[in-house]
Amino acid sequence: MTLVLFFYFAAVIVATAILVVALHKPIYSALSLLVMFFHVAGLFVLLDAEFIAAVQIIVYAGAILVLYLFVLMLLNVRADEGYHQQFRIGLIVGLAVLVEAIFVLGQSGFADRDPAAVPPAAPVPGNTEGIGRALYTTYLFPFEVASLILLVAMIGAIILAKKGIFGKEERGR
Amino acid sequence: MIQTALNLIVVLVTIGVVMAVVLLHVAYLTYFERKILGWMQDRMGPMEVGYHGLLQPIADGLKLFFKEDIVPAQANKIIFTLAPILVLVPALIGFAVVPFGRDSIHLFGLTFRPYVTDLNIGILYILAFASIGAYGVLLGGWASNNKYSLLGGLRSAAQVISYELSLGLAIVGVLLMAGSLSLVKITEAQNGGALHWFILPQFVAFVIYLISAVAETNRLPFDLPEAESELVAGFFTEYSGMRFAFFFLAEYANMILVSCIATILFLGGWHAPFEALSFIPPILWFAGKVYFFLFFYIWIRGTLPRLRYDQLMMFGWKVMIPLALANILVTSVVLFFIRG
Repeated sequence: MTLVLFFYFAAVIVATAILVVALHKPIYSALSLLVMFFHVAGLFVLLDAEFIAAVQIIVYAGAILVLYLFVLMLLNVRADEGYHQQFRIGLIVGLAVLVEAIFVLGQSGFADRDPAAVPPAAPVPGNTEGIGRALYTTYLFPFEVASLILLVAMIGAIILAKKGIFGKEERGR
Repeated sequence: MIQTALNLIVVLVTIGVVMAVVLLHVAYLTYFERKILGWMQDRMGPMEVGYHGLLQPIADGLKLFFKEDIVPAQANKIIFTLAPILVLVPALIGFAVVPFGRDSIHLFGLTFRPYVTDLNIGILYILAFASIGAYGVLLGGWASNNKYSLLGGLRSAAQVISYELSLGLAIVGVLLMAGSLSLVKITEAQNGGALHWFILPQFVAFVIYLISAVAETNRLPFDLPEAESELVAGFFTEYSGMRFAFFFLAEYANMILVSCIATILFLGGWHAPFEALSFIPPILWFAGKVYFFLFFYIWIRGTLPRLRYDQLMMFGWKVMIPLALANILVTSVVLFFIRG
């Protein structure tokens, strides 16, 4: 059952991910991206990571993609006439990366690793608690660094959006 | 195998009952609203269909069902059709994690619980699907190919995103106190009378939640996405018949959902306020509290004028969010010192 669901989610993810770049109307691309986010969340649920699944939908589908749609609608982007000129180069590079990925994965021996040999994860009361504990103990430093980077991005966005806020170019209210 | 089938039946029956009850309440909420608004404006409200107009929602439903379905010639047909569904489904799916009462019902050796499922991320689940509702509005407005619809859709999306932030941040205070994301556990954490309800220690969060919830559901005084004096009817200007009914149902279902969440988070869910009053069934307490919030909604609709769009945005970003953040800070510091 889990395996069937996994292949369903994986197939839809691959199909919609291709549609995102292949469809000509930007709105349709955004919609297939939405479907993809949902199926990625489905994969997380299969892995018993409900918290990450919910966060995936809230952050990507609920916030980021809505902003994309917003921009698409405000700019009223026209349907793309066809593939761009760099399509051929992109195809070659993409195929090369695909072959490399298959080669590397084939070498690493994922397939013949015994699932029973993987040590079971330490039991946690629930995956929300588990993530909280891991973030604030083991991964405290990367977590704080990430929050600092986000803060920098936020301040940067404000400064870019409010040009002249520190200069003479004072805007009347 | 038989056990699996029985479990499936239990789940399906529970879902059916919850859906039926919710949709019935949605239908009668429209009646409730028209009656209350009527009385507030010294009118009678609907009186013609049935005793004091009690069958009015059914007549309205039948009328919408038989109306002609019009799709504008210039509209994007796929997305135009998809949008009402994208609005209604998230509004209804949230009820899956709401605990309506305390007691499970035992019938034919099967146990029917008062909720469909107790997810350990219940509140996040509701937030996740609430954020999907914005897509339907945005896409519906865009696909209609009408400038009023597009403006209404854009306004609505901007408003929902802004107020979702303060809504989510207001909830965090409660989550810190309850120590769980599950709505069943949050209800249990408020056991022991009205003094244990989270409305007392989290009053700031309660007020922020109420205001944000009104904005989330696009109700007056935050109903700029459908401001009829400037945008005809906003994002659903071009919709008619059942598609219009879907938007309408979704708005009222969302009202009931945010009222349910407010009841669970701040008013102790199905708990009675005093031990002496616990002879009244928990489910009635729950319904009573939800209807208190629904009345509050209609009450402010009948009282307050509409805000201006820039005032709305300013208020959301510069008042609500800083207040909600301050609430989280204070709550966590206090809890840290109390619990050591």
